[in-house]
Amino acid sequence: MKRFAVLPALLLFFSMAHAQDAPSVSAKRDVSPANTEDARMKALEEQLRTLAGEVALLRSELKELRQSKSPEQSSGPQVLLASAHPQPGMLPSSPAPATAQTTQTQTFGGASGNAKLLNPDISLIGDFIGTVGHNNVSPGPSLELHESEIGLQAIIDPYSRADAFLSFGETGVNVEEAYITFTSLPAGLLLKVGKKRADFGKVNTIHNHALPFIDRPLVTYNLVGGEDGIDDAGFFLSRFLPAPKNWFLEGSAELLRGDSDDLFHASRRRDVSVVGHLRAYRDLSESTNLDLGVSYARGHNSLGSNFLTNLYGGDATIRWRPLRRAIYNSFIFRTELFWSARDQFSPTAPTLFQTQHAFGLYSYAEYRVNRRWTVGGRFDRSGHATDAHLTDSGFSGILTYWPSEFSQIRGQYRFGHLATAPSDFSNANEFLFQFLFVMGAHGAHPF
Amino acid sequence: MPRLMPRLLTKTHVAAVASSFALVFALLCPVIGSADSKIRIMTATTDLASLAQEIGGDKVDVESIARGYQDPHFVDPKPSFLLKLSKAELLIVVGLELEIGWLPPLITQSSNPRIQVGAPGYLDASRFAKILEIPTGQVTRAEGDVHPLGNPHYWLDPDNGLRIAKGIQTKLSEMRPNDSAYFAQRYDSFEQRLKQSDQQWQAQMKPYAGRKVVTYHRSWPNFAEHFGLNVVGYVEPRPGIPPSPQHTVELIGQMKRDGVKIIMVEPYFDLKTPNSIARETGGQVVVLMPSVGGEKEITDYFKLFDYDIAKLKKAFDETH
Repeated sequence: MKRFAVLPALLLFFSMAHAQDAPSVSAKRDVSPANTEDARMKALEEQLRTLAGEVALLRSELKELRQSKSPEQSSGPQVLLASAHPQPGMLPSSPAPATAQTTQTQTFGGASGNAKLLNPDISLIGDFIGTVGHNNVSPGPSLELHESEIGLQAIIDPYSRADAFLSFGETGVNVEEAYITFTSLPAGLLLKVGKKRADFGKVNTIHNHALPFIDRPLVTYNLVGGEDGIDDAGFFLSRFLPAPKNWFLEGSAELLRGDSDDLFHASRRRDVSVVGHLRAYRDLSESTNLDLGVSYARGHNSLGSNFLTNLYGGDATIRWRPLRRAIYNSFIFRTELFWSARDQFSPTAPTLFQTQHAFGLYSYAEYRVNRRWTVGGRFDRSGHATDAHLTDSGFSGILTYWPSEFSQIRGQYRFGHLATAPSDFSNANEFLFQFLFVMGAHGAHPF
Repeated sequence: MPRLMPRLLTKTHVAAVASSFALVFALLCPVIGSADSKIRIMTATTDLASLAQEIGGDKVDVESIARGYQDPHFVDPKPSFLLKLSKAELLIVVGLELEIGWLPPLITQSSNPRIQVGAPGYLDASRFAKILEIPTGQVTRAEGDVHPLGNPHYWLDPDNGLRIAKGIQTKLSEMRPNDSAYFAQRYDSFEQRLKQSDQQWQAQMKPYAGRKVVTYHRSWPNFAEHFGLNVVGYVEPRPGIPPSPQHTVELIGQMKRDGVKIIMVEPYFDLKTPNSIARETGGQVVVLMPSVGGEKEITDYFKLFDYDIAKLKKAFDETH
């Protein structure tokens, strides 16, 4: 609509401009009445000619615009019918930028050309968590803005893209991930360089806001170093591997600095850590698939360069999502197993070197009941990395409501049977609730 | 002992790094297709696959990621697609952020330089099409999951089908200059057949020109414009937001006032609300296919319109 307002606006502008020019032109002329008459006639004729040319030009442009942009006309009224509640911004605005459009020759295509320019996709995800109930072992605050994650994502050049996620938490800012991905390497290699969550199993790769629960499984805290898990700076190389028919195999090899939460600690430059992951995937049917993985990580722990931690993992996921009802129903079941072998001094005899072997797992299932609700449950069991005799266990029930794709309200009942000494347990009964909101364009997460 | 062991472990640790990298490099035996074989094309949706097949004929191998009965906004980026994408020479996408929730990670992870965004093997079909509902002014999500770049369901207009086909023809000719005459001839034949069919479709729809209809999602503006239908409301209160009781009541009132009898629904939406609206208004729910392959018999772009128009025609006749 606004483009049609250009014509009268421009006409008005030109006529005003000429109206202002005209007196100044005539003022410079001689005062002879006959001369003035002639000159005025000529000037007027000249003006008329220019204006006629102007009108012809505008007409042809208008015709062009009408041909290319008539859909906007017809869709305009539809947008504002009962189904849509008009916002001030939805109404056609003043035709200010339209002059630039008149030179546009492209008649088809969306607005993609000028909508985003070179800005990266920017998003912010707010994660607000509240907790009630009692937990004597690892009590969380009653209310907290757990983190605000800012995502900046863009294609860097024809050969790479970059993704950065900065999380602002209660204790400060953390670069959760920031890495460049080289997408055009030969031989099917995919290389990421920067800081990233390592491909160790499944839950380690998932950002807080994308988890199917509010907290992380006990085993993440007990064996993988804490909330951030293996999240470190380094090289992340992966490639698809030749596989039997209908299977998908992917191998990853990652070389990291060796500083990851409480898990790995690099006292010197040589204390790098490595992570390896092998993933096998298969579609069982159009709607069901099986996803298996084994992982290995090795690094030096906080006791010093002479003390290593080896971590082994296995994961299995079954997903069901019928294509015709994908937005209404789906089901996922996942189990992850972790084995930790940590070099340390014996907890009982502090001068004795030993390797502490601890095991942990979690299993969870989630079902989407309809477009807005999902229900889920999780079982946890995990030894402590430093003392395998201490074993925590617990379970959770989770209910999630999605007002839209961009916000989420979740409640989680969590029971924990937490070990404080080899045969001494403390029970934790808690109810957690969470409000998540997404603003801006947050890139899709890998499957 | 404690000193000796870590030393040993450090050595094995270096060996572990080396061997894991070696493992990956050892398996670098990529199968790169020869230039004379068929062009391997992946498309985001079945409609684009059908158009590519029309132009490419037996010089191309085409496969779509999404199925015709699937909501193209919500597709799981399964690794099985990655394998196919990794071998593709051309990827044709709908664009306008329709696939924003699933395609970007697939493209990145495919580690296929040919189909990265902006590479010669990446073709955004929306560039050729007439796009409707490009928002003006401020765009916020208060309006629901709006597409800021315009309505991405543009392929449901045969004229756009033709434009996209032309774009594909140009691209294929660039990729295989030796076959450009073949692609040009395929396009000419497609154009002729489509124009012929379109005349028939238009003739079939002519008696119903200007009829008011309600649709579930905003999938049909191009279809409605081409065939002269008047979309006056939506079952969704805003795009991507499930129906609410209040909006449904308003919609029923509006349909009664305007005498609207037809509710067009895509195959992937729940029929409960549309059915209850139809009961209240004495109207009819018509499940129309927005894409090729939505039903078994819809095997190509022509049959898509055959199917939808036959269904619409029947519904119009029955409700009048």
